[in-house]
Amino acid sequence: MQNKRLSLLVVSLLLFGLLAACGDSTATTASVTTTTAAAAAATTAAAATTAAPAAAGGGKTFILVPKALGNPYFDTANKGAQEAAKELGVTVTYQGTATSDATQQIQLLNSLIAQKVGGLAISANDADALAPVGKAAMEQKIPVVSWDSTIAPAGRMVHINQANSEDIGRGQIQLISKLIGGKGKIAILSATSTAPNQNTWIGFMKEELKKPENSGLELVATVYGDDQDEKSYTEAQGLMKTYPDLKGIISPTTVGIAASARAVTDAKKIGQVMVTGLGTPNQMRNFVKSGAAPAFALWNPGDLGYLAIYTLNAISSGQIQGKAGETYKAGKLGSYTIDKDGVVLLGKPTVFDASNIDTFNF
Amino acid sequence: MTANTGSLRRIFLRWEWLLVGLISVVAFANSQLSPYFLDGSNLLRTTSDFMEIGIMMLPMVFVIVTGNIDLSVASTLGLSASLMGWLFMGGWDIWLAVGVTLVVSVLAGLLNGFLIAKLKLPSLAVTIGTLSFYRGLAYVLLGDQAARGYPEAFTFLGQGKLGGTGIPFSLVIFGVLAVIFGLVLHKTTFGRYLFAIGNNEQASRFSGVPVDRIKMIVFVLSSLMATLAGFILAARFGSTRPDIGSGLELTVITVTVLGGISIFGGSGTMTGAILALILVGILRFGMGLINMQGQVQDIVIGLLLILSILLPRFGKQLTARATWNSGIAFRLAGAMTVVLLFGIFFFWSRTLVLGH
Repeated sequence: MQNKRLSLLVVSLLLFGLLAACGDSTATTASVTTTTAAAAAATTAAAATTAAPAAAGGGKTFILVPKALGNPYFDTANKGAQEAAKELGVTVTYQGTATSDATQQIQLLNSLIAQKVGGLAISANDADALAPVGKAAMEQKIPVVSWDSTIAPAGRMVHINQANSEDIGRGQIQLISKLIGGKGKIAILSATSTAPNQNTWIGFMKEELKKPENSGLELVATVYGDDQDEKSYTEAQGLMKTYPDLKGIISPTTVGIAASARAVTDAKKIGQVMVTGLGTPNQMRNFVKSGAAPAFALWNPGDLGYLAIYTLNAISSGQIQGKAGETYKAGKLGSYTIDKDGVVLLGKPTVFDASNIDTFNF
Repeated sequence: MTANTGSLRRIFLRWEWLLVGLISVVAFANSQLSPYFLDGSNLLRTTSDFMEIGIMMLPMVFVIVTGNIDLSVASTLGLSASLMGWLFMGGWDIWLAVGVTLVVSVLAGLLNGFLIAKLKLPSLAVTIGTLSFYRGLAYVLLGDQAARGYPEAFTFLGQGKLGGTGIPFSLVIFGVLAVIFGLVLHKTTFGRYLFAIGNNEQASRFSGVPVDRIKMIVFVLSSLMATLAGFILAARFGSTRPDIGSGLELTVITVTVLGGISIFGGSGTMTGAILALILVGILRFGMGLINMQGQVQDIVIGLLLILSILLPRFGKQLTARATWNSGIAFRLAGAMTVVLLFGIFFFWSRTLVLGH
């Protein structure tokens, strides 16, 4: 019997532990809430994240939802979003799931809708699966925009698209032309031969090559590294062997561009063969500094987050309704117009080179 | 001590009461931490996030009571939703696609059952195999495509509300099924056989329990319910991708074990499992409302599961010994450390919420 009493004791200890823990946090919340009432909007940020974003006294609270937490790309977007929040005097909370999973993301969104937050900016894990929950949010008068990865049109008001294919494709040719002085043999090292994004971009690259100002450039080969590091490296080596007077390699894929830059470095051809393409600053930093790949492009996720929050604010404040043709201003990025599909284009890709690469971390 | 107080104590020491206690504590904490918790429409909307898990949990109780496990449920869900979506995209009528999928689901359950009951292979190994196999088939069917455009009559299964109320249709389905599964487990010969097999398979065989047939039935049931959950999830999403519901098997098993169904088989109640589902549901919802990050939520649920396995064992060891000794003191200290860590962690995780 005494032993049973003991197990009872353990159980009640567990309950007490839980209660005590919760009690502590309740106390914290309560005290924070009191300060909220007294203090200015600046302190509400802390209180808002504690318990009730929507209950914040001053400005509205928008939630920036990435595909998943712990990804530098999305963390950079959050930095941009926080910058926008500061300028607009609103609060932006960064809330995501542990993994990129639609089911969990829906659960998260349900709890955000329950809190009646001021607006949602979502990078969707599944365009269709998130549409019903997006619709539910809008029925509760919560504005919804998607960014980076779209929600099907029925489930959002506006989608912020990071870049369009034409700008990316043409931009790559303009970059290589500048790097090699507008004259010489170039080659493309792509992902797989069936990759739809890359093939569209390469199509626009070829269009751009037809322009008279690019007549000095000669595209000698398009090869495929299948987005595998080793294969891409070998293909880049092969290009330099087959065309000893090759001047530049364009690799519109993050795996290929790094492998090409490494192949050029290992072949001691820095300066002779220029590499460019699409890559991320963290992966390309050393190659930019060594001169193997002095400049490359990608959209800036920080700007993407920045624009998403400005868009949400424009909708939430009644400036726009999210309809096609409406125009609004987005701080340092200038003014934007919603196109007929309810999409806003961020702009031309950002070019990363020695002058700016150290300000990026993703 | 009189026998009377002893039996009273036995009633109140039941696992279900601990769950009820935990639910009250969590509900109270939630209502203190967030003004949005005690809101009927919020709570009802949240239930639909957990119905697929609940529906798969019902037969999982059967499976675990017999001393087996079924890790392939989420993959069966994925295969079913993908097959149905694939047929629908191929121009089939949605209900015809549903019918064919149900047949395939029975076959999938029979394959599990056959390997486990007839070939006497361990269920853990078999269902790890079919976990990959069924998910692989889902990818073969849909590849990187998504099936979409389901008619409204079908999406009602996952998105529909009952009449003018906010009660999700899937909650009604779960409620009805839960009553049926509960009655079968506790009030029928079939249910008694399940416990008998879990307690001592050899003895049940000798006393004429049709062990193999029952195991087959249990795995087919598990597969069928996973398929139903697949339909509901696909209806809720309005689309199917081949990775639909990945990883849900772990949540289903977590809830079942947390519900006091012994992982070694032979004991547990349907009430316990349903209470555990409610506990996990409001805990998740509450953590979402206070904007606790996803990873932290996973850690909390994980710790709760470890505690739920630790506590009954500890209780049993206590009652098995007559007097105090160093072993008991050691274990008591261990348990208290775990409880303390849990409390500290809970407090610390609040700063995580603040600090981003």
